[in-house]
Amino acid sequence: MSTLLAAAPAIPLGESGKFVAGAYIVFVVLILVYVTIMAVRAQRIERELAELQRDVEAARAGTEAEAERAREPAL
Amino acid sequence: MPPTTTYGKGLRSLALATTITIGLALVLIFFYAPLDAEQGFVQKIFYLHVPLAIVSLCGFVVGGALAICHLRTGDRKWDLRSYVAIHMALIFGIGGLITGSIWAKASWGHWWVWNEPTLVSFLIVLLLFATYQPLRFSIEDPERQSRYASVFSIVAGAFVPLNFIAVRLAAQYVHPRVLTLGGGQLPGSMRLTFLVSLVGIALLYATLWKYEMTAKNTRFAVRRLRRTLLGEDAVRPVGRSAAPS
Repeated sequence: MSTLLAAAPAIPLGESGKFVAGAYIVFVVLILVYVTIMAVRAQRIERELAELQRDVEAARAGTEAEAERAREPAL
Repeated sequence: MPPTTTYGKGLRSLALATTITIGLALVLIFFYAPLDAEQGFVQKIFYLHVPLAIVSLCGFVVGGALAICHLRTGDRKWDLRSYVAIHMALIFGIGGLITGSIWAKASWGHWWVWNEPTLVSFLIVLLLFATYQPLRFSIEDPERQSRYASVFSIVAGAFVPLNFIAVRLAAQYVHPRVLTLGGGQLPGSMRLTFLVSLVGIALLYATLWKYEMTAKNTRFAVRRLRRTLLGEDAVRPVGRSAAPS
């Protein structure tokens, strides 16, 4: 890395450097915002999946209880 | 929506290739490509701005091509693909517009120049595609929504190359030409850097397209699963949305 930096031309951080940095920061921010939105959506999918798992287990428990009651002899 | 569970396949390797290519492009931009004799350090913006604009315009055309597949087959998976392609192209287009504007300020002293055909034509294309989402949102019936959106995508997608050719044929322009039909005016090191940047941005587009397709298809799969396991009543209605449902 130090060799690479030594070989690199000096980066002018004056007036033009400010604009170049600005352009690249805009790009990074745009990608970050997109990834953040997608992360929120991924969380929503995860929540929906957990909810589905809960509902399926509740439905299965209900069916088993019903089957149990049906097996019990009538008094 | 037919069951499709393969969108995530290859996403990891695509993301890795994107990271490596963009990393390499950044190294080439700042440590290899020489400073431009006329513009100096500001020219480094071009390695970002031009690929973003090119990939964005290609994304719009791809969106139109995918919409043709939708109208031909009637399969709504093509509508979803077209929707995501246009959505991504819009994001890249906004990136291209902002970075171009920053370059214009640094180079010309103005954030925006109205008498520059390339800038204005790009803005027209972007504004045209900015109406795509409101158009979809305004149509409640999903079948009609996808059909009308496909027609729009095809017409607007065909407008992109026409617009590009018209601007190229314009006699007076002051926008710098990075690549020409004759192979470009860039020296070898700059051309290599530009091409690596272009490949990097194109890979980023493909990765994010695949990422969003995977997310949307997973959501659809969860809804399908709920419908299958618990019945139609257990699925909450989606409500009005611009996205295909």
